[in-house]
Amino acid sequence: MSFKFTEENLKRLENERKKYPESLAAVMPAIYIAQEQNGYITNEVMTEIADVLGIDKVDVLGVVTFYTMFHTKPVGKYHIQVCTNVSCMLRGGYEIWEYIKSKLGIDNMEVTPDGKFSIEEVECMGACGYAPMIAINEDYYENLTKEKVEEILNSLK
Amino acid sequence: MERIVLPEIPNLNQIDVYLKNGGFEAAKKAFSQTPDDIIEQVKKSGLRGRGGAAFLTGLKWSFMPKTTDMPKYLCINGDESEPGSFKDRQIFEYNPFQLIEGAIITCYAIGAKIAYLYIRGEYHKWIKLMQQAIDTAYEKGFLGEKMKSTFGVDFYCDLYIHKGAGAYICGEESSLMNSIEGKRGYPRVKPPFPAQKGLWGCPTTINNVETITNVPPIILKGWEWFSKIGAPKHPGTLLFGISGHVNKPGVYELPTGILLTELIYDVAGGVPGNKKIKCVIPGGSSMPPLRGDQLEGVRMDAESLRAAGSAIGTGGVIVMDEDTNLLKVLLRITHFYHHESCGQCTPCREGTGWMEKILKRIEQGNGTSKDLDLLVSVAQNIEGNTICALGDAAAWPVKFMIQRFRDEFEKYVKPQVVLPVPNKVHSMRFTKISLDNIVLKS
Repeated sequence: MSFKFTEENLKRLENERKKYPESLAAVMPAIYIAQEQNGYITNEVMTEIADVLGIDKVDVLGVVTFYTMFHTKPVGKYHIQVCTNVSCMLRGGYEIWEYIKSKLGIDNMEVTPDGKFSIEEVECMGACGYAPMIAINEDYYENLTKEKVEEILNSLK
Repeated sequence: MERIVLPEIPNLNQIDVYLKNGGFEAAKKAFSQTPDDIIEQVKKSGLRGRGGAAFLTGLKWSFMPKTTDMPKYLCINGDESEPGSFKDRQIFEYNPFQLIEGAIITCYAIGAKIAYLYIRGEYHKWIKLMQQAIDTAYEKGFLGEKMKSTFGVDFYCDLYIHKGAGAYICGEESSLMNSIEGKRGYPRVKPPFPAQKGLWGCPTTINNVETITNVPPIILKGWEWFSKIGAPKHPGTLLFGISGHVNKPGVYELPTGILLTELIYDVAGGVPGNKKIKCVIPGGSSMPPLRGDQLEGVRMDAESLRAAGSAIGTGGVIVMDEDTNLLKVLLRITHFYHHESCGQCTPCREGTGWMEKILKRIEQGNGTSKDLDLLVSVAQNIEGNTICALGDAAAWPVKFMIQRFRDEFEKYVKPQVVLPVPNKVHSMRFTKISLDNIVLKS
């Protein structure tokens, strides 16, 4: 599957590139833009990023595999991230995690067969005072209970 | 009490409101003075870094070389990944312009033309809010080349957001720089320090978001005013993030030196169900935990907490009530550090994994008393033997939790086997034989 940045995304990337004295520094914004366009990062995506920025492909690979927010496999339409770190754990983070796992019938980093949901047990998301919390794609949901989580999951179409 | 970082002014995140309340006046005042004057004032104010190490901010700025033909950079650390810490997002949301103003003054003081604001990737909402604020500042001429005419000064700087991508280690200053450079977030060996060789080998200063946000009021109201707030050796206010077993968790801005008990009982409303406190981590998960009976009289500033056997860290207070299973807490914390270790240094990469394995074994009911000693020994072999402070951060909770809660951890491990009949074969091994009694045949 070949991958090419869209015209619009190339412009965005060019804007990001201008912020830094070296092209390599724009690799993280580039991966973000590519992930937005393609859903996840494949070999072809990394080749395209390397070509566009004029950097080595191995540098792209190194960065993609280091950071947890870059996905090398497809995630669901709704990527549910559940925090189970200390502050959330003390206020029932694991109950939420177990509940979501059993409700959707999938485990960590798995996707439901219809491709709608994927779940990830994440480290502290910086919402400790509003624990327990989950994040769905880019949005935070805080001060949760099982009932609230059920409501949120049912509202996702 | 006056709030410095998060004043109680509604809609302060709107530029008009911010300008009405003395916004960018500090920057104007700063531009009428020399950069050295600014550094001197910040030094005298006693402002200390809010990111964990509590290093004197003015002193850090003064390390920047005065004469260099290389560009200089400012990095503002908003990675905020320390479990228990959730303060910077309040600044992004409620007071972004004061952060921008602080960045401008800092750039002027250290002579930087570009500032990078590193925000953790998960904070999509706050990145958007902050970007909007930055765009507004550019439009109104408070950032970029327009600054020259706005302030009537021969100086301008740019502020860019660099979005992280989910790596705790990038909160460490040198790996933050590597991350901005587009590399894996590996910490660098120090020295050279960032002021000598930072971003792209150029002189760089790295400060926490909260530290930078403290700068404009110091310049505007004077260092004397600031130095009189809170604890004398660690003046100002702190954004305390209280989480865990309290009735009113959240972020509270209070003067340093406030009693920890006051913070928990009066400010955060005490423990639900009036339960007793078993354990408090006073500064984010990597700081040594305190026992419930150690809290009396402990004040929340760098010096007092050090004396009490912990550290101020990021001011993220995690409270655990008497029913908390500390083994599970410690296992979760250790799992976190194992996951977040970047893998450069062997003691940290392997040690955090070992500690997690041993703790899992204990959790499954197969641990012995010796395992507790082993855990402490592993922790001590990580501590101080790594490039960055993540090693210490992983070791401290294990070492201090086991030392301070030994009786509780003894309950989770199997009791020592006591044989009903003395085992003669085994006891022979421990019979002391003096070497003098052994005659070697010639």
